[in-house]
Amino acid sequence: MENNGKQPRIGVYICHCGFNIAGTIDVNAVCEYAKTLPHVALARTYKYMCSDPGQEMIIADIAEHHLNRIVVAACSPNLHEATFRGALQRAGLNPYFFQMVNIREHASWVHDDRAAATAKAKDQVRAAVARVQFHKPLERKRFNVEQSVLVVGGGIAGITAALEIANSGKHVYLVEREPSIGGHMAKYDKTFPTLDCAACILTPKMSEVREHPNITLWTYSEVQEVSGHVGKFHVKVRRKPRFIDEDLCVGCMECVSACVYKEPKFEDEFNEGLGKRKPIFMPFPQAVPPVVTIDPETCLKFKTGKCKSPCATVCDRKAVNFDQTERIEEIEVGAVIIATGFKAFDATRLPLYGYGIYSNVYTSLEVERLVNSSGPTAGDIVCRDGRKPKAIGIIHCVGSRDKKTNRWCSRVCCMYSLKLAHLLREHTGADVYQFYIDMRCPGKGYDEFYERLLDEGIQMIRGRAAEVTDWTMTPEEEGKLVIRVEDTLSAYVRRVPVDMVVLSVGMEPAEGADEVRRMFNISCSKEGFFLEKHPKLAPVETATAGVFIAGCCQGPKDIPDTVAQAGAAAAHAVALLDKGYVEIEPNTAYINPDHCSGCKSCIPLCPYHAIVFDDGLKKARIDEALCLGCGTCVASCPSGSIIQNLFEDEQIFSEIDEVLSNV
Amino acid sequence: MSERFDPKIVAFFCNWCTYAAADLAGVARMKYAPNLRTIRVMCSGRIDPQFVLEAFARGADGVLIGGCHPGDCHYISGNYKCLRRFKLLKRLVQDMGIEPERLRLEWISASEGDKLRQVVNEFVATLATMPPLNLPKRFVEWDKEVAILREQVDAAHAQEEQQEVSTHA
Amino acid sequence: MPEKPKIAFYWCASCGGCEESVVDLAESILDVVAAVDIVFWPVAMDFKVKDVEAMPDKSILATMINGAIRTSEQEEIAHLLRRKSQYIIAYGSCAHLGGVPALANQFSREHILEYVYRKAPSVTNPAGTVPQPNWKDDGHQVTLPEFRHVVRALDQVIDVDYYLPGCAPSPKLLAAAVQALLKGELPPKGSVLAPDVALCDECPRKESKPTEVSFAEFKRPHEVIADPNLCFLAQGLICMGPATRSGCGAACITGNMPCTGCYGPPSRIKDQGAKILSSLSANVAAEDEKEIERILSGIPDPVGTFYRYGLARSLLRRRVDLKGNS
Ligand SMILES: Cc1cc2nc3c(=O)[nH]c(=O)nc-3n(C[C@H](O)[C@H](O)[C@H](O)COP(=O)(O)OP(=O)(O)OC[C@H]3O[C@@H](n4cnc5c(N)ncnc54)[C@H](O)[C@@H]3O)c2cc1C
Ligand code: SF4
Ligand code: SF4
Ligand code: SF4
Ligand code: SF4
Ligand code: FES
Repeated sequence: MENNGKQPRIGVYICHCGFNIAGTIDVNAVCEYAKTLPHVALARTYKYMCSDPGQEMIIADIAEHHLNRIVVAACSPNLHEATFRGALQRAGLNPYFFQMVNIREHASWVHDDRAAATAKAKDQVRAAVARVQFHKPLERKRFNVEQSVLVVGGGIAGITAALEIANSGKHVYLVEREPSIGGHMAKYDKTFPTLDCAACILTPKMSEVREHPNITLWTYSEVQEVSGHVGKFHVKVRRKPRFIDEDLCVGCMECVSACVYKEPKFEDEFNEGLGKRKPIFMPFPQAVPPVVTIDPETCLKFKTGKCKSPCATVCDRKAVNFDQTERIEEIEVGAVIIATGFKAFDATRLPLYGYGIYSNVYTSLEVERLVNSSGPTAGDIVCRDGRKPKAIGIIHCVGSRDKKTNRWCSRVCCMYSLKLAHLLREHTGADVYQFYIDMRCPGKGYDEFYERLLDEGIQMIRGRAAEVTDWTMTPEEEGKLVIRVEDTLSAYVRRVPVDMVVLSVGMEPAEGADEVRRMFNISCSKEGFFLEKHPKLAPVETATAGVFIAGCCQGPKDIPDTVAQAGAAAAHAVALLDKGYVEIEPNTAYINPDHCSGCKSCIPLCPYHAIVFDDGLKKARIDEALCLGCGTCVASCPSGSIIQNLFEDEQIFSEIDEVLSNV
Repeated sequence: MSERFDPKIVAFFCNWCTYAAADLAGVARMKYAPNLRTIRVMCSGRIDPQFVLEAFARGADGVLIGGCHPGDCHYISGNYKCLRRFKLLKRLVQDMGIEPERLRLEWISASEGDKLRQVVNEFVATLATMPPLNLPKRFVEWDKEVAILREQVDAAHAQEEQQEVSTHA
Repeated sequence: MPEKPKIAFYWCASCGGCEESVVDLAESILDVVAAVDIVFWPVAMDFKVKDVEAMPDKSILATMINGAIRTSEQEEIAHLLRRKSQYIIAYGSCAHLGGVPALANQFSREHILEYVYRKAPSVTNPAGTVPQPNWKDDGHQVTLPEFRHVVRALDQVIDVDYYLPGCAPSPKLLAAAVQALLKGELPPKGSVLAPDVALCDECPRKESKPTEVSFAEFKRPHEVIADPNLCFLAQGLICMGPATRSGCGAACITGNMPCTGCYGPPSRIKDQGAKILSSLSANVAAEDEKEIERILSGIPDPVGTFYRYGLARSLLRRRVDLKGNS
């Protein structure tokens, strides 16, 4: 047993955590019990172990009672292990002579039976006391931090984060999947609740990104592979060919006019399919970078090989390049911010609302484009059947708050529905009906905006719309779409005939979020949004050090919250880079060369290729800089020759034996 | 079995998913049976089949292994290695006469506090319908057949020594 | 002239191979034999238990006991020899770990007696007689040793000082052990007198093993003609070498058979079977559950494969649902 030549003298501390623990567990009984365990020199309870006085108590006891091992039974090690290790360090003890017992999250909070919870606490304390005797002094390893940051996703979240970091003097790689940055916000005309013009606030930021000397912008690109760890992530970015030399194109669009397709013919993604584009196109006039892209799926040159390619001829900068191929850029970054945003709910999943069945049923995103002065109709509200709507129904919570689709509230739909109601009424003078379950307008100026809309004469009908149908019952309904709903405020079933239906679709995790998550090794919540490290105290951090999240990829939210998160994530990244180094948990594995037989069984098991075969010694060896401490090889070595710091066999065996020793 | 019996379960949870799920269940104050004794490892890949056998040999009625869902392991693929070991270990344990229900592997992600609660309750309920495994007791029982002789030998030896002492005196 | 050190040999539940190995050795260490007095060796010389009982306690320098412990008689003699010897050396896999006889720990005593005396195809026993520990015959009380329920390794019955592993131990290791004994240069009590590194270390095929072995299929030795130069694991044949102590000089490998684990695990391991299971299964080349199961079905008898010599000393010791005493 390694203990600096000394017998272990263990101090055990049981935290009350106010009533959080003491309310369910008899902390005094646990403390008295701890005193009876071998090598325990002293045991105490205290109200809040993590508080300064709690830590000071440990530090004083270490000095006074010559303690050389500490066990704290309190909350989860994921919260306060670092705190207590810090206390040991300040007391001059190696911080790894410490073991934490989780009697709050894993006991007092989940059990009602006081006796059983107390017995559990005793068992786990006994195991920790046994285990800590086998602990060894360890050093944290330090690595330098690469002075650049990768931002994935160029919506308002990614743009904001990139600019914040670039302005602090660090280099940013901004990777966006689409031909232009801007994300969803670029599609909107106005933003709630102030109704300021989205383009007016977003476009300047987009240009700033383009011009910023500290930002490398790769659009039409995706992250392909990630390895390494905080401080030094090695990233491969795949840049899809846009068949245009980005450095040469100035966005004059001569090529677009010259295209053999005289009229735009293909579905325009940016306009949600409401408009048309040519095979060579710029998604929208303010696109950044302001360069065109050729879509090989629709371009004749690619499809038949027979096009004369007037686009290429007309470009005097010779920017068109049909031979362009995919390129892989490899970069090293110290931190990563993921800002991949959301995807709108697919309204065809709720056929009752008639989307894709009745032409005059629209999604909110489509309407965002319709009301936009630079949209497909230049802001003119004409329905697909050519009709100018006189009555419009907006149905809330489509694909939200619904067990059949998505359980969660998408947070922005109430507000943007009010915004769209205002804009539609402004553009058409139509009667606008809102079908809502609850109006959720928390936020600065949000409820006031709601009131303003009521004053504007928007009709509010409380009830989840049952269906949209063209089956009419009265002459007034003739030729109209009827929204059937139970008006829960007046308690009767209504039929509301309208010319146009707007479905306020909710938010879902972005397309490909799962791959992104796996690549960056972060978790997601049940619904698929990326999981923050702590819902309250670490909302932009993830369980993977050095990877931060911002915006709607973490969960539905509006632009102000998105921007605030982006700022927070940027601050985290900059702080990490400024510190200059990271310390890594010393829970890495190593091979004892005297024990290893060189059987090579462990080598293929390491996910990070940290194990190599030493051809001279004929034994395996672990490169500690690459090992992240999963312990897989340790569990596998058939001759027990690999040891994982902090998770040594004898430490774990002692825990097993002790949790069961009173059976 | 007439008496209600409280099965002892040793749980090996990976730090990033199932341990975190148990933390979450705590934060959400979900209530579940108090039978788990949890041992934290960084990844389910660290779980050595020896740990499982040791737990049974030391008196566990059940062993619960918790890791990240396939594809979600914090260390990329540790949970697949765990799964492969588990598959063969379960057969081995069964061949050794331990009911396969006593060894359980569950993928529980950091957000699935409720799944953790359900799994624990269900596992406890299953084990409670079975007789206690209590291997330490069985070992003692097995060894009674040799203990008798050992005691005789020791007693005879003690007697002889006694005699020696008295002769010398 | 000082008295020669006294040595004894005894056999319990074993095949006789270990005895054979000592005989094999006699020639090569004649001088050793000349240097000691063999005071008890039932397989080769005529001694009676009474002779041993008459010896003063601790008068034998060392006794090598081979074989597992299955009967009350074996136990009794083991206890007796323990008293009379300074050192007890568990000789060979069976005394060390239970050996092949301990595979019987998968079955109940009743099942075994029933099968061996009545059911086995080679048995003719019309009266269905089964040996009885006590029998009255013609007014005489006849006794037989009790057949225990559990097969045990030697140290599960008496205190053991050293272990000489192997089925059987290699002459080299035995010679070294005897030398150490005579010179009094013994390692700490409880040591296994073989290198604490796994077999691959001394295996002639080590070089041939690629670093990326993963298993898409497990084969059994009788199903293929093994490549005589390539590591068995690289051929999908289960080799216990990585979880087994070296010291045998890779005897089986040299005979083109994979290691079956007779030298037992290195000191760092509690359960040889669990460890080789861990290593082999972790390297199965599949992520899909069904496919994993299919590949692992190539190991139809994990207990028999991984605990061929070590069941008695494994963590579970025996099929746990079998009765202990009846
Ligand atoms: C109809 C509607 C109207 C709204 N109106 C308002 C409003 O008026 N006011 C308001 O405050 N909020 C409004 N919102 C909410 C607002 O859209 C969001 O808060 C905001 O867009 C979130 O920004 P983001 O950057 O997180 O995500 P996004 O805008 O979705 O941006 C994500 C970006 O990441 C890119 N990306 C995704 N995956 C990858 C990948 N794998 N690799 C590279 N790039 C990737 C995407 O292409 C996209 O450019 C509205 C939402 C909807 C649905
Ligand atoms: S598995 Fe163990 S013995 Fe085999 S090469 Fe790796 S460290 Fe060495
Ligand atoms: S513990 Fe082993 S398998 Fe895991 S990262 Fe380290 S070297 Fe690789
Ligand atoms: S696995 Fe077997 S055959 Fe291969 S190197 Fe090891 S001992 Fe030799
Ligand atoms: S190769 Fe294995 S089975 Fe064969 S003698 Fe050596 S240790 Fe025993
Ligand atoms: S980290 Fe959870 S299974 Fe690997």
